[in-house]
Amino acid sequence: MRHLLSIEDLDRATMERILDRAKSFTEVSEREIKKVPALRGRRVLNLFWEASTRTRSSFELAAKALSADVVNLSSSGSAIEKGESLKDTVQTLSAYRPDLIVIRSPHVGAAHLVARWTDAGVVNAGDGKHEHPTQALLDVYALRDRIGSLDGANVWIVGDVLHSRVARSNIHAFTAMGATVTVCGPPTLIPRGMESLGCEVEFSLDRLQEADVVYALRMQNERMTDSFVPSIREYVARYQVDGRRLGSRQVLMHPGPVNRGVELAAEVIDSPQAIIGQQVAAGVVVRMAVLYELLAGRGAENPSPPTQPKAATPVPA
Amino acid sequence: MLDSRPTTPADLLVRGAHVLDPRAGIDAPLDVLVRGGEIAAIGASLEAPDVEVVEAAGKHLFPGFVDSHVHLRTPGQEHEEDLDSGTRAAAAGGYVTVVGMPNTDPAVDSAPVLLSLREQARREARVPVGFLASVTRGLGGEALTEMAELRDAGALGFTDDGKPVHRAGILRKALQYQRLAGGVLCLHEEDPTLSGRGVMHEGAVSARLGLAGIPSVSESTLIARDAALAGYEDGRIHIQHLSARESVEAVAAAKARGVRITAEVSPHHLALTDRELLQDLDTRLKMNPPLRDEADRQALVDGLRDGTIDCIATDHAPHAREEKEMPFEEAPMGTTGLETAFAAVYTELVIPGVLPLALVVERMSGGAAVLDLPLPAIAVGRGANFCLVDLSSEWEVGEHGYESRSDNCCFAGRKLRGRVVATVAAGGLAYRERTLAVVV
Repeated sequence: MRHLLSIEDLDRATMERILDRAKSFTEVSEREIKKVPALRGRRVLNLFWEASTRTRSSFELAAKALSADVVNLSSSGSAIEKGESLKDTVQTLSAYRPDLIVIRSPHVGAAHLVARWTDAGVVNAGDGKHEHPTQALLDVYALRDRIGSLDGANVWIVGDVLHSRVARSNIHAFTAMGATVTVCGPPTLIPRGMESLGCEVEFSLDRLQEADVVYALRMQNERMTDSFVPSIREYVARYQVDGRRLGSRQVLMHPGPVNRGVELAAEVIDSPQAIIGQQVAAGVVVRMAVLYELLAGRGAENPSPPTQPKAATPVPA
Repeated sequence: MLDSRPTTPADLLVRGAHVLDPRAGIDAPLDVLVRGGEIAAIGASLEAPDVEVVEAAGKHLFPGFVDSHVHLRTPGQEHEEDLDSGTRAAAAGGYVTVVGMPNTDPAVDSAPVLLSLREQARREARVPVGFLASVTRGLGGEALTEMAELRDAGALGFTDDGKPVHRAGILRKALQYQRLAGGVLCLHEEDPTLSGRGVMHEGAVSARLGLAGIPSVSESTLIARDAALAGYEDGRIHIQHLSARESVEAVAAAKARGVRITAEVSPHHLALTDRELLQDLDTRLKMNPPLRDEADRQALVDGLRDGTIDCIATDHAPHAREEKEMPFEEAPMGTTGLETAFAAVYTELVIPGVLPLALVVERMSGGAAVLDLPLPAIAVGRGANFCLVDLSSEWEVGEHGYESRSDNCCFAGRKLRGRVVATVAAGGLAYRERTLAVVV
């Protein structure tokens, strides 16, 4: 595996290999010196052409925990502001011989373009409304931690599906791991043809009780001005996941950042059903595993059986 | 109203080509003798010792193609295309007449701009060029251009192509004024409130890619509105670049009601669908209207076959390489098409037996009738306007190697058959493939 551009490129076995390796990395985060030399001397460029807190910081921490050298670039303060094209930026930075480029872009397909223009491996850290594969992996990781296997689990993804790359990647990832997925939201925020991704489509939360897992999406304020929904008030009334709607045996997830009081009521954010914090924590180890897979795991096409994750521990002493 | 640079009248004997002129009822291997730029004789075993002989056995000779819709990017965007390069591309594609759109910089919205453009065409154009003027000043959609004066200055018709005439009241006035000025109103049909920020067809593929979609009804609802207006005012309209099944139905319904309406379709909408975008989001596949789904494509093919759609037009839209080397959402809309039009339709629809060759040949010049231009014909006494095509010649459409100044061709990477080897336009040899043997 050279690039991670789309979650669709990963089969279940590959996902499980990465997640098992991520599990083995949790031990690193618990050390006093949170660093192993697995990627010493490797160069990782983080190109974040869009605002990000979690993804950006966790990619940086992941690379540093593996002893890689990391350079972070954002569109503000870079040559992008001077009108340099993505192609020229990537080709310029490629002259520094990076081993891996992590790219977050507001544009669909940006990571694929970068992969065409560089010899480095490329990780898609979110391309427009298309995909966010490492988010999907960390969500599967956090969910597996909570419920064990996803086989047969019923996952509802609730909210602004139209503008969500997380929804797209997670439909693929959850489905590949054996879950069934329902997307639910206002008809204005569910794209036409969504069911072709292999999910069910619902426009009301009436049957939310059937869900084992409720995955709420961020509802952005600008959607109101574009008339996707008439008001926050009406959205909250119909689609907010609150203590009344969330059952005690259901698991609650959210990719962050949360709009408290909009898509989620405060009481469920802080409830024991929520694994939002675990999702964030999973970000570092899962991204460590992705970096390791792409930079050190190349050619290692004989993963250890998932039943023996410890044996797969790739960390040299 | 057509302009081209002076050409040497051809003296040429094309020997043994299979001549196919569906309108004239010719479909046989024949010799065609051109003298002084006119067809002097058609027959078997013609002899003319004093002229160039083109041995064309195994090749086909068609009436030259006419494109009712090209962007020659002049004035103002000559880095993408100019009259010389655009008409060289036309000649290389077998075209003997092309019609340029007015969405240039400045727009062709006044007689002085049009007249200077025509003068430039008389210096540069390799094949005759006609021009449409804009319906509204500066393509602003607000105020009508001086349509009568523009017609006097040689405008073939009017269009705000690239944009719809969004206000029904403005289009109605243009239709009324058409009684005075004449000229067809060519309409880019799209409701901007439905298209929004869409960059591709709205459907399963856009849902998967997370790209904003342009729904089919954005096009078809405006066609229905404008057909109603044209019927009410008894105006004459031509619908540009149909892309959707619902649009074909809207045109067919208007024709059935007796509305004076014609329509065109592009080779890419006949041959490709939005599924192509799942490969790698190639920006050469981004155009407006967008590639739609298989049911739409089938409906367009059926519409072309049954005559609902009158002609094939390329919507040749050159863009510079750096403009297209962008993320998909940022890249401009448009594909070049002049040099691949016939081969694309031949390869994708004629070879598989979907459309007869004669129908395609006829529709490739159907734009002439739409715009009241003379139809090219293989007939003694007529000016020589034909192309010579090698149907067995296959090539891979590439990154480079175009006569056009731009190389944003949506068929890049595909193997096409049916290469144009020579074009005679307005009586002069406009294009000849380097390998074409000529015996003097």
